[in-house]
Amino acid sequence: MNAIEVHKLTKRFGDFTAVNEVSFTVAEGEIFGLLGPNGAGKTTLIRMLTTLTPPTSGAARVGGHDIVHDADGVRHAIGVIPQALTSDPELTARENVLIHAKLYGVEKSRRASLTTELLAAVDLESFSNQLVRTFSGGMRRRLEIARGLVHSPRILFLDEPTTGLDPVSRTNVWEMIDRLQKRSGLTILLTTHYMDEADKLCERIAIVDHGKLVALDTPARLKDSIPGADVVEAEFANLPSGTPAWREWLEQLRQLPQAAQVSEQDGSVHITSHSGPETVAALMDRARARGISVKRVTVQGTTLDDVFLHYTGRQLRDALQAGPRLDVTHLYK
Amino acid sequence: MDIGINLERIGAILERDMRKFFRSPALMVSSMVFPLMQLIVLGYAFGGKIKNIHVALVDEDRGAESRTLRENLKSIEAGPKTFYVSDYSSVPDAVTDLRAGFVRAVIHIPHDYSRRVLQHDRPRIAFIEDNTDNFVTSQLYERVQQLAASLNAPLIAGRLPAAIDMQVVEVYPYIEYIKYLLSGSIAMSIFIVAMIGGGIVFIDDKARGLHEGYLVTPIRKAELVLGLNLAGALKGVMAGLTITLIGGLIAGIDRLWEPLRLFYLLLVLSAASLAMISFMFLVMVRVTDPLVPRAIFGVLNTLLFFPSGAIYPSEGFPVWLKWISVVDPFTYAVHALKNLLLKNTGFEGIYFDVFVLLGFSVLLMSACIALFQRQI
Ligand SMILES: Nc1ncnc2c1ncn2[C@@H]1O[C@H](COP(=O)(O)OP(=O)(O)OP(=O)(O)O)[C@@H](O)[C@H]1O
Ligand SMILES: [Mg+2]
Repeated sequence: MNAIEVHKLTKRFGDFTAVNEVSFTVAEGEIFGLLGPNGAGKTTLIRMLTTLTPPTSGAARVGGHDIVHDADGVRHAIGVIPQALTSDPELTARENVLIHAKLYGVEKSRRASLTTELLAAVDLESFSNQLVRTFSGGMRRRLEIARGLVHSPRILFLDEPTTGLDPVSRTNVWEMIDRLQKRSGLTILLTTHYMDEADKLCERIAIVDHGKLVALDTPARLKDSIPGADVVEAEFANLPSGTPAWREWLEQLRQLPQAAQVSEQDGSVHITSHSGPETVAALMDRARARGISVKRVTVQGTTLDDVFLHYTGRQLRDALQAGPRLDVTHLYK
Repeated sequence: MDIGINLERIGAILERDMRKFFRSPALMVSSMVFPLMQLIVLGYAFGGKIKNIHVALVDEDRGAESRTLRENLKSIEAGPKTFYVSDYSSVPDAVTDLRAGFVRAVIHIPHDYSRRVLQHDRPRIAFIEDNTDNFVTSQLYERVQQLAASLNAPLIAGRLPAAIDMQVVEVYPYIEYIKYLLSGSIAMSIFIVAMIGGGIVFIDDKARGLHEGYLVTPIRKAELVLGLNLAGALKGVMAGLTITLIGGLIAGIDRLWEPLRLFYLLLVLSAASLAMISFMFLVMVRVTDPLVPRAIFGVLNTLLFFPSGAIYPSEGFPVWLKWISVVDPFTYAVHALKNLLLKNTGFEGIYFDVFVLLGFSVLLMSACIALFQRQI
């Protein structure tokens, strides 16, 4: 049975369509990622699936329960960690978890031990009696994950679990999610606008943009689905973009051996290639021949960034997060 | 799927609110400082007899009879000290100073006063008052009337065989204004708890997104509303009881510690708190902007406190204000508290108010549950 089934789910705010006929299914025990930039509609989609917002049209079942007609059934089956931090700053970590345990009707005899266990699972056991007000963002996010698991849900929704965290905390949260999933076979639906997060954590990824689902597959297959295996990026020093000479030069670049697609953004040229090194060697030769000086050249394997660019025609706003690229300019000087 | 209400979930919401309340003394302190300050300052500012009013005297007669009058005035100056008198040579001079506020009234003894007294020819003195200040003039006027009556007394006694004498029976001993005010201050402390604890904190939590964390759980609207209201009422009772005891000591309420009286007080405080907090939640149930409760704080305060009869009896209100006082939970709280604190009535003095307050609570909370939005 599928843990989540979404069929043409749509949400409109007045004239504006935040989520537009989105359909997908998530298998039991799967970690599924919704990847999209700010305003893509990820939170709205999660809010509909977690019964916080009524859908305009379409249908969905979560844990076998209809999100509209059996909202209560859905609520019992799921754990939710919303995008905003929702734990009570004026309560301790332990009190936060305990109160949720009561709200979910966890048996009285199990509450205390369960709370201790969960706080240990998120590495907060030594802070359990501290006010949440004093917690860092990462600690607070981990507490919310513990709180969301208090009734042993089968399905967990995480809305941007690592936004605003430093790299160490992010890695912590990733490891925790991974561990939880392996241990209990939890189904996890998470949203993110970090490529590396989606790549590392998720078995399958749905790319959402402007409320529409534009691609859905495993990270590997998504990368395979775009032409070229490598991506070459180059910047040139003495050639202002937009001039006739620039346009002519772009035309030349399209003729490069192995090049599949050429695009430009903010004066930097983006070439997908079936063989990065071959394309780069040829690019350097032609530039030298025309007296164009190359400021920077990088080559790397296709990332989800390129997948995103391919499917949406836009670079993700947080492209910088995608990790260092290999700068090979000096090799050709 | 079970219908019905889960007491454990109500308890969880109640527990959350109470823990937050005990952790931050700010709410408790602010719910006490303002009403106590109001009680003391207003109690002493309004309670006292007005003294040392400056009065101008223009004596154009300077005869034997005017001397008697002057002596009477001097004796008031020395005794109750309601006013003191300065001599002016002419009425226009005195009226100029009256207009400028240097004197509050002018007493004018005309040149033919003594002659008319002796000839029994309707002797007159003029009393010119600055009537822009009701409190001053009413006290002054009362004194001057007493004075005139004492001047007339021998004449009247001679003429009438038996003067009609009305005897006033005062059921209770004289109540100082601070005692009169205490009931209002107690109600005010409950109002502040409802306003800050129920209004401001509720909307702030909503704006901070804390509610989202609770709305994803299987909690029902009714459970959430009941839990929040009970927590608010409990906080209100605590604040109200504190002010009752501290204020009672300050105002000097006798035999405050009688167990049965305390029990009745607790009953009234509970009913009043529940009504006040459900009133507040109903006002706030659809509000999302954290500025709104802050902006209407003063409006609600004025609209609920002053028409309640806490500081001025509602018998003096125009009709529209009387109507506000009828639907104002403050009115019933203040009425019941006055009965208990000033007259120490038993249950017969409060059951109607308690009944009305509880009725209000049920009505307001039902409306609140109906209007509460479970989804965002
Ligand atoms: N209550 C609302 N009323 C009107 N518009 C809304 C409402 N909620 C969301 N939107 C709009 O819907 C769109 C999608 O918002 P949503 O929060 O789902 O995006 P998101 O993908 O979660 O973005 P982010 O990465 O910033 O969290 C946005 O353009 C937003 O302005
Ligand atoms: Mg979002």
